[in-house]
Amino acid sequence: MGTIDYTGRIPNNVDLAGDRRLQRALESWQPKFLAWWAEMGPALPTRDVYLRTAVSVGREGWAHFGHVALPEYRWGIFLSERSPDRAIGFGRHKGEPVWQQVPGEHRSDLQRLIVVQGDTEPASVEQQRHLGATAPSLYDLRNLFQVNVEEGRHLWAMVYLLHAYFGRDGREEAEALLLRNSGSEDAPRILGAFNEPTPDWLAFFMFTYFTDRDGKYQLGTLKESAFDPLARTCDFMLKEEAHHMMVGTTGVDRVVARTAELMREHDTDDIARYGGIPLGVLQRYLNFHYSVSLDLFGSETSTNVANYFTNGLKGRWQEDRRKDDHVLAEGHTAVETVADGRITAVETPLLVALNQDLRTEYTADCGSGVTRWNRILAEYGIGERLLLPHHGFNRAVGAYAGHRIAPDGTVLDAEQWAAGVPQWLPSDDDMAFVASLMQPVYEPGRVASWIAPPKQGIDGRPFAYEYVHLV
Amino acid sequence: MPPGPVRFDVHPDTYRHWSLEIEGSVARLMLDVDEQGGLVPGYELKLNSYDLGVDIELYDALQRIRFEHPGVKAVVIGSAKDKVFCAGANIRMLAQSSHAWKVNFCKFTNETRNGMEDASAHSGLAFLAAVNGTAAGGGYELALACDEILLVDDGSSAVSLPEVPLLGVLPGTGGLVRVVDKRGVRKDLADVFATRADGVRGRTALDWGLVDEAVPRSRFAETVAQRAREAAERSPRPTDDGTEGVVLKPLVRSEGPDGIAYTHVAVVLDRAARTATITVAGPGAPPPDSPEAAVREGAGFWPLAMTRELDDAILHLRTNENTLGTWILKTAGDSDQVAAYDAFLSAHEGHWLIDETRHYLKRTLKRLDVTSRTLIALLEPGSCFAGPLLELALAADRQYMLDGVFEEEQDEQDGDAQPARLRMTAANFGAYPMGNGRTRLQSRFHGAPEHPDLLADHAGKDLAAAEALALGLVTFAPDDIDYADEVRLALEERAALSPDALTGMEANHRFTGPETPETKIFGRLSAWQNWIFNRPNAAGPEGALRSYGTGRRADFDTERV
Ligand SMILES: [Fe+2]
Ligand SMILES: [Fe+2]
Repeated sequence: MGTIDYTGRIPNNVDLAGDRRLQRALESWQPKFLAWWAEMGPALPTRDVYLRTAVSVGREGWAHFGHVALPEYRWGIFLSERSPDRAIGFGRHKGEPVWQQVPGEHRSDLQRLIVVQGDTEPASVEQQRHLGATAPSLYDLRNLFQVNVEEGRHLWAMVYLLHAYFGRDGREEAEALLLRNSGSEDAPRILGAFNEPTPDWLAFFMFTYFTDRDGKYQLGTLKESAFDPLARTCDFMLKEEAHHMMVGTTGVDRVVARTAELMREHDTDDIARYGGIPLGVLQRYLNFHYSVSLDLFGSETSTNVANYFTNGLKGRWQEDRRKDDHVLAEGHTAVETVADGRITAVETPLLVALNQDLRTEYTADCGSGVTRWNRILAEYGIGERLLLPHHGFNRAVGAYAGHRIAPDGTVLDAEQWAAGVPQWLPSDDDMAFVASLMQPVYEPGRVASWIAPPKQGIDGRPFAYEYVHLV
Repeated sequence: MPPGPVRFDVHPDTYRHWSLEIEGSVARLMLDVDEQGGLVPGYELKLNSYDLGVDIELYDALQRIRFEHPGVKAVVIGSAKDKVFCAGANIRMLAQSSHAWKVNFCKFTNETRNGMEDASAHSGLAFLAAVNGTAAGGGYELALACDEILLVDDGSSAVSLPEVPLLGVLPGTGGLVRVVDKRGVRKDLADVFATRADGVRGRTALDWGLVDEAVPRSRFAETVAQRAREAAERSPRPTDDGTEGVVLKPLVRSEGPDGIAYTHVAVVLDRAARTATITVAGPGAPPPDSPEAAVREGAGFWPLAMTRELDDAILHLRTNENTLGTWILKTAGDSDQVAAYDAFLSAHEGHWLIDETRHYLKRTLKRLDVTSRTLIALLEPGSCFAGPLLELALAADRQYMLDGVFEEEQDEQDGDAQPARLRMTAANFGAYPMGNGRTRLQSRFHGAPEHPDLLADHAGKDLAAAEALALGLVTFAPDDIDYADEVRLALEERAALSPDALTGMEANHRFTGPETPETKIFGRLSAWQNWIFNRPNAAGPEGALRSYGTGRRADFDTERV
């Protein structure tokens, strides 16, 4: 031991310096993580990046800004402060004190939940690895790296739980998190959306808006967990996740604003020739990212999730604001499914329909983004609107898998579907066109043609600040 | 449970859940379960989970590989679904099924998997499980029935037996037995494996002996193809690619409320007495003069035709006629003709069709051994209990043989009626072993191990009732005055006993002597599994099986029994 200066190198509030078990686990894992970062992390060489580092969980500690060389970023381990009276909020253990250790009975389920969540964190870093080469501004480049290092930290957070609470199995799973790779044929990431490429910056913004938002909702359910270390870990991760949402939300804002501006200026929808991204392309990207992100919520009905809830492992979004008994042994809700070519509702026990419950919350949240972008269009006096497609559109998981649903919710046959796809999902031409716009802009204060500059910079700095020093 | 009686006749052209492709000496049997294709309404067959209907197709495919495609030497069992091999028996189907349905379902699926192992051992067919994704419960058990298991090593795909941790029951198709007995997995590792709901992946699965190879996804298809070719090359099956098979034509069956008539088998139902009488007819003509001629006779070749019908009748009665608790086994025909066929089969041992036919009859007789019905053989004048057909009588729990002739017939035939005879042949001394690896004679005379040798001296002779009784080959030999009443009383008495106790008692008596994996599988299925399935900890309102899928947690009675 002692090859790592724990408190200096790995900021933490879990008494790493005094925990031999954790030290031993990290001793072997940390070099593997760095090797993974070197191989699968951001491909663009940089001298340093203006990054926020969490050095403690307090108000001042969690956002420490400064230029840092990426491999020297201090990935830390933070849990929200423990509240001594916290009680389990739902399920059959409702009202009992939360658990500080993993109960043997729930060990494999908890481990699975953590592994699945943990697997998504490095996955997005891998998906975004080449985006640095085509950043629309230094400000955006910095945001990309911020998201990347924080996803790396989220991986650390999940690995901490595996190391600290799951013994040898946990250590093996922690290592496996570095061995699976996004899009790899031999060892793909666990969830489908995390094996899709993120080929361009529009995809990146859509991903951080829609797919990271799935992460937010999953973390929100784990934040309710009776297993207190998991709950506190996720609570802290949600703060960082909020920043990723911001990158997505404002990223799409700025693309929409630029599109609207060009449409206005040239009085045409066909703004491709002016270096903008036409609204139709935006809509198709939105359709794609929203629908594959919905798949991450799993099947509308799930007995596993019902078990997780009953056992206290995973709650509902904002469990404490729900006005019911938080046990849900009785009660039904309507779950939509496709039967005889129509979407029909089937009465389903509440417990089994929890995935739909979470998905519904998510959909409402996504809707607010669309409203926001439409407001921008309106401000520019543009009549067209963006729309959130029906939740059954383009689904590969759950009740709609195997069916063909139009964005407006109509059930289609194969022919109608094939005819609609070019209007609904990004075509090769769309992708090639967006790719053609992806020229890097590395000069401080300048921005690519297809996107508006941000309204403000980072940490009170101006947009023109040199957020990234390239080599 | 299903709207009408379950039928076992299917054809590859109309499979809903499997596809059978044959290329040279390799068959590829790919599972692609139609979610909406359940045999009974009320569940969806997600993730390649199966019900009886899925397994009926598997059984059919295996039979066709053996008879219609003798050139096949290796069979790849795979999945057409991405990253899912097979999730095992459908849990909702099990939860909504009656106990009798579950047990019969398990029995049939077990027989099919045992049949795969029988083909490996005796037909030179190598089975390869191409586990391209999750193989849980019955999915992994299907793989366990294969000779080789190739697991994709992608960091996610696992093999598992989640029955104990998730459902509070046991794996129903021999998983526990095969893990330790067949694959030799150490018992402590088997213990960890069978209590870990999410199973074991790649390298560890290989190290523990749960699979034979862990293969990266990019090389999976190629490795499976390679291993199949190698297995085919090693195969001792006495055929080549071009060997012409025998087409298993649809069975001809006429059905009425009181029974079913096939060509060689007739079933008469007596619902009031709760019995079914199965009569097997001997051949009407001498055997063909060569195995090639037998191939030309095809599905009409008597031993094959008779066995198919008997097999179908057994499956039909077991699945669709649960309350007919006693089966009466009879034969009709000429013992000389049966013996001639038996001699023909013996003489041409080594020819693929002859061997396949014998193994098929062997498996069908084994079905009788594990049937949870009282089996009573009636050996009467005009019967032909010789050689292979004598096995029917030996499979029965009791044998009643008429001593002499029925007076009425004697009068009718003017004093010319022939009394019942039975005849042992070489077939009774090894060709049709039971699941315990022993002949029915050995099992019968477990307490007198030298007796079968003594019986061998009587092989080839027609034995009348008194001799048969003296040799211990029949239970009772009443004469014409007593016979009808004796039989009637025995049947009525039987009908009054507890069906459950009878099932357990009969199984105890039928399988004497040592255990084999096969007898363990059935024995433990009918004892442990059925007990566990019925205990409140599984099937009670708070039990694990009933709670599964509701999100409620099982509430166990913690007392160990
Ligand atoms: Fe994250
Ligand atoms: Fe994120």
